[in-house]
Amino acid sequence: MKILVTAKRVEDPESKIKVKPDGSGIVTEGVGYKINPFDEIAVEEALRLVAKHQGEVVVVSIGSDKVQTEMRSAMAMGADRGIWVKHDGPCDADLAARLLKAVIEKEKPDLVLLGKQAIDDDQNQAGQILAELLGWGQATFASKMESLESEAEAAKTPGIAIDGKSAKVVREVDGGVETLQVELPAVITCDLRLNKPRYASLPGIMKAKKKPIAEMAPAALGVDTAVKVKVVKLSPPPGRKAGIIVPDVATLVQKLKSEAKVI
Amino acid sequence: MNILIIAEQQHGALKKASLNAVSAGLSLAQKAGGELHLALLGSGIGAAAEELKGYGAKVLHVVDNPALKDYLAEPYCEAVAQLAKSLNAVYVGAASTAVGKDLLPRLAAKLGAGMATDVLGFEGSGANVLFKRPMWAGNVIAEVEITTPVKVFNIRTTEFAAAPKGAAAEVKAEQVQLSGSYKTKYLEFKPVKSARPELTEARVVVSGGRGTKGNFKPVEELADELHAAVGASRAAVDAGWVPNDLQVGQTGKVVAPELYIAAGISGAIQHLAGMKGSKVIVAVNTNAEAPIFQVADYGLVADLFKVLPELQAAVKAGK
Ligand SMILES: Cc1cc2nc3c(=O)[nH]c(=O)nc-3n(C[C@H](O)[C@H](O)[C@H](O)COP(=O)(O)OP(=O)(O)OC[C@H]3O[C@@H](n4cnc5c(N)ncnc54)[C@H](O)[C@@H]3O)c2cc1C
Ligand SMILES: Nc1ncnc2c1ncn2[C@@H]1O[C@H](COP(=O)(O)O)[C@@H](O)[C@H]1O
Repeated sequence: MKILVTAKRVEDPESKIKVKPDGSGIVTEGVGYKINPFDEIAVEEALRLVAKHQGEVVVVSIGSDKVQTEMRSAMAMGADRGIWVKHDGPCDADLAARLLKAVIEKEKPDLVLLGKQAIDDDQNQAGQILAELLGWGQATFASKMESLESEAEAAKTPGIAIDGKSAKVVREVDGGVETLQVELPAVITCDLRLNKPRYASLPGIMKAKKKPIAEMAPAALGVDTAVKVKVVKLSPPPGRKAGIIVPDVATLVQKLKSEAKVI
Repeated sequence: MNILIIAEQQHGALKKASLNAVSAGLSLAQKAGGELHLALLGSGIGAAAEELKGYGAKVLHVVDNPALKDYLAEPYCEAVAQLAKSLNAVYVGAASTAVGKDLLPRLAAKLGAGMATDVLGFEGSGANVLFKRPMWAGNVIAEVEITTPVKVFNIRTTEFAAAPKGAAAEVKAEQVQLSGSYKTKYLEFKPVKSARPELTEARVVVSGGRGTKGNFKPVEELADELHAAVGASRAAVDAGWVPNDLQVGQTGKVVAPELYIAAGISGAIQHLAGMKGSKVIVAVNTNAEAPIFQVADYGLVADLFKVLPELQAAVKAGK
């Protein structure tokens, strides 16, 4: 079974993001970069699935030459090879999906795993767009019934159950969890509780250096790189006024009653 | 110019988030200068349609079809795309619920449209409305332009008050052509049963984090005293202490209650992204340096196991 999984390069979720004074972008000095956390979960799930069903994990990333770092991280976790779609310039979820579609038509994977959302643009769209463009089924926000502290998780059991022709996917939805069955090939997007991604081992990191990365250009894939969503301006969010520290519960209750009037 | 808002029902009951989406539609209609159409899809949804029609939209399109009983992206996408096309809708929107997030990007692709997620407001007028939306866990507010003729969006419900009652819409029963050949099958739904108010709809939310060390009892008891919903940080959910559905934050639920009490939560940016729009924030944390205190109106540097029961008793005594 061949699984294609995406790895977007994003700002480290731990770093402080600030808007440039002219609103044209964010300040990148001092900001770390890493693989999108949801994509890391997708890579982990792909590795567990091939450990169980045999096969190959191909990692794809779209971006400047820097994204090779994140592809190497995915390969250090265990992905077999990489496809780098070289594209500088803006890339909305729609363009990412159109580029991925072109790669998928070449690679013909049995399953495509993405993160549910990229933590930079927070759009939560690419997987769903991709499924429609391919005419495939989609199962978004894949999770699992067991908790991340369960024995199943400790045993690195995949949360997605595959029987050859279809996948059973537990999804996080409003008010509970839902189970869908989706025919393969399919697009599945991964949520936080699907698994705990492994750390790359030292031998894994060494091996990853020798794994192949194929380079593809949007033009060669026949994809127009015009975006549908343009970011016009960025600004900082409205701030909250700093509050006060109260000494005890009695003062808190009094403030909530007479000052804030919320209880 | 037509604006189409897709409302949502679950087991025949209208979702409250739909009324926030209607309100966004009304606000957009004012800015863009269009007419508001609503769509409701499902099977056996007469009562929900009856309720939804009274909020000032021009037309309510009802697609009542047994094939749409359980929500699935493929048939819903087919049905809504047909409606949107027949109306020549320029703007197509919904609430950022689990269904809205799953369906709308697929719909946008089917309509050849660009899409904005978690829209906070609209700027400008006519067909050139800009969409305000959060990026980087709400550290940045972006204004985005959708360059396609059709523009798809889903809205952050906390930014649009539920629509007030208004003139009755004309109700139209719509027929759609469904291909019937879908790659996905709905198997089951396991609800999280709770007698407490729904997190995104509650007036008061009491949330617990890793500081509870897995004991949510003080959080729940205080919540019950205040008729509040219970929320949680990712750490508490990941540990399996409370259901996934209770996660507040960038990648969980976004809430803006009148009162949000955070107990044993440090206040990571991803958590703040889901609650900093609350009217009043109270933080209880043993660490005076915890970032949660930077957004809290009232902070208590104290042990939650001591303070929450005291607070509960005080609320009870004050009733
Ligand atoms: C991609 C991504 C998405 C994320 N999405 C979310 C999200 O949607 N929502 C979310 O919440 N997080 C999210 N996170 C996680 C986030 O970064 C934090 O790790 C998480 O919010 C921490 O949870 P916490 O505050 O409960 O735990 P901690 O940070 O460990 O804080 C626990 C706090 O409890 C205090 N404490 C301990 N004992 C007591 C006591 N007895 N009484 C009072 N206080 C006590 C401590 O001082 C500490 O401040 C996300 C992270 C990533 C990378
Ligand atoms: N430039 C990219 N390279 C690789 N994967 C991407 C890229 N952009 C988006 N994706 C994938 O699409 C998912 C959803 O992204 P988004 O719709 O932008 O929130 C991400 O988690 C990635 O898995």
